[in-house]
Amino acid sequence: MSDHEYTPSSKFGKWFNDRLPLLTLANHLTDYPTPKNLNYWWTFGGILTFCLITQIVTGLVLAMHYIAHADMAFSSVEHIMRDVNYGWLLRYVHANGASMFFLAVYIHIFRSLFYGSYKSPREIIWILGIIIYLLMMAAAFMGYVLPWGQMSFWGATVITNLFSAIPFVGESITTWLWGGYSVDNPTLTRFFTLHYLIPFLILGLVVLHIWALHVPGNNNPVGIDIKKPSKDTVPFHPYIVIKDAFALLMFCIVFALFVFYQPNILGHADNYIEADPLVTPAHIVPEWYLLPFYAILRSVPDKLMGVVAMLSAILILAALPWLDTSKVRSAVFRPLFRQFYWILVADVLILGYVGAMPAEGLYLLIARVATAYYFAHFLIILPVLGWKEKTTPLPLSITEPVLGGSPNLAAARSDEKIEKTIK
Amino acid sequence: MSDQKDEKKTNRRDFLFTATAAAGVVGVGAAVWPLVDQMNPDASVKALASTEVDVSSMQPGQSLTVLWRGKPVFIKRRTDDEIKKARAVDINDLKHPEKDEDRAKNPEWLVMLGICTHLGCVPLTDKGDYDGWFCPCHGSHYDTSGRIRKGPAPTNMEIPKYEFVNTNTIKIG
Repeated sequence: MSDHEYTPSSKFGKWFNDRLPLLTLANHLTDYPTPKNLNYWWTFGGILTFCLITQIVTGLVLAMHYIAHADMAFSSVEHIMRDVNYGWLLRYVHANGASMFFLAVYIHIFRSLFYGSYKSPREIIWILGIIIYLLMMAAAFMGYVLPWGQMSFWGATVITNLFSAIPFVGESITTWLWGGYSVDNPTLTRFFTLHYLIPFLILGLVVLHIWALHVPGNNNPVGIDIKKPSKDTVPFHPYIVIKDAFALLMFCIVFALFVFYQPNILGHADNYIEADPLVTPAHIVPEWYLLPFYAILRSVPDKLMGVVAMLSAILILAALPWLDTSKVRSAVFRPLFRQFYWILVADVLILGYVGAMPAEGLYLLIARVATAYYFAHFLIILPVLGWKEKTTPLPLSITEPVLGGSPNLAAARSDEKIEKTIK
Repeated sequence: MSDQKDEKKTNRRDFLFTATAAAGVVGVGAAVWPLVDQMNPDASVKALASTEVDVSSMQPGQSLTVLWRGKPVFIKRRTDDEIKKARAVDINDLKHPEKDEDRAKNPEWLVMLGICTHLGCVPLTDKGDYDGWFCPCHGSHYDTSGRIRKGPAPTNMEIPKYEFVNTNTIKIG
């Protein structure tokens, strides 16, 4: 938060700004003091904004050609792919854009987990982020239903049936969600409406997310509080803007590789078969980004408890600022936490893998162990670590480890690890 | 004297606040309900309440899947062996204890919703450890009476309301 008063240079600018201080806002965003040691893991906020805008723009134009009706949805999507000018491109960008959005959000979330960005005074930023993540999952799920393929239909059936696990009112809630006695045309039209609405809700929450961020300012890889503005900060423009732009360019290369070379690799072939309420595909799998939660759902043998476990796995994240009792934010200065962090990363990847496999035999056993560990990480390991762990000394400022002072081996080592995971 | 007056004033104001709030809640509730209820099944969906099925060509052992209210219904003409198997089960061994006699009034014909009670997939006929149905989604096994025997599904497959209009026709719903 720059405290200095801003006055526009032009007369018109001053006249306008006195009535609506947009220029003051623009000036705040350009001058916004940012920690000078932000690494590339901090560029995913900008990348995510780009993803959201891409989805809104491509979604808007797809909606001009798509028909939300059970008899026509499937062929209207084929119509987009074959007849509409650049329809194939727009749809592939939108479909793969969802995956790219989740890829970026997972990196963004795991960056926060590593550097303790969810800790005081940034709890609200974190919780807003979790709400955005939940809305993203809802939007992605409903978007996947719209092409009305086999996976769309049966994915929708399985997910909406989760609500039937609620005691007493479950059946009525499911019927209410469907607007009938099964997933059918009324379900499709309401999913389309909500799929169109949610991105704008997300956009609103993103504004709050950034607003809440600009109150305390960015966390940073060292995780200490810094004075703003000071020797430890640089203005957002041009320093962070150019770094974000470069990272975005790299990200777009990956995005383009999917869109132009493997546009269907993240999807499921069964979704090119039109929905048939009489035939369930042999193997129903959600999109890759929901697999870890799907694995948790299936690892519990009881219907209601499975649903409860899956929801808790997401909601437990909202309680994270209070479950992690350590005062030190950055994992760079927490030797034990750092190890548990990487075990958690592996645990989530394993859950994702077994989520894609049939729920039987060894896979089921692995899923159960990994689910138990997931909850243990948040409910046991993190609270205990807070008072058991001996953290390494924190530097007094960001400038200190750079200009003289003893080199921080822990920091250097963890950077190496991060480099490796990029590859 | 003045204290009493103050108290009286406060009480009247409290009453007004409460009454206003109550009226407001009723008003908002009345306005919100249509917005919520419009999502429930509409008249045209409810109108498709029953289906008649001709089963004259079905041989013992064969099964048929028909669509009723957008849901698959299994009609199975069971063999003597399948009936015997379904009736031989000790009811206490079942997760959801139901007698086969209650599920299939006419033992030869089993009519039930072809929907796995776990998460709504359509189970495969003549599959699974109990030679009844097997749900490929999350591995629930049903016996020849459509009762859950193994896997995550909590209850047996549901029996809809149905009747034989004549020997060759079943009316579902």
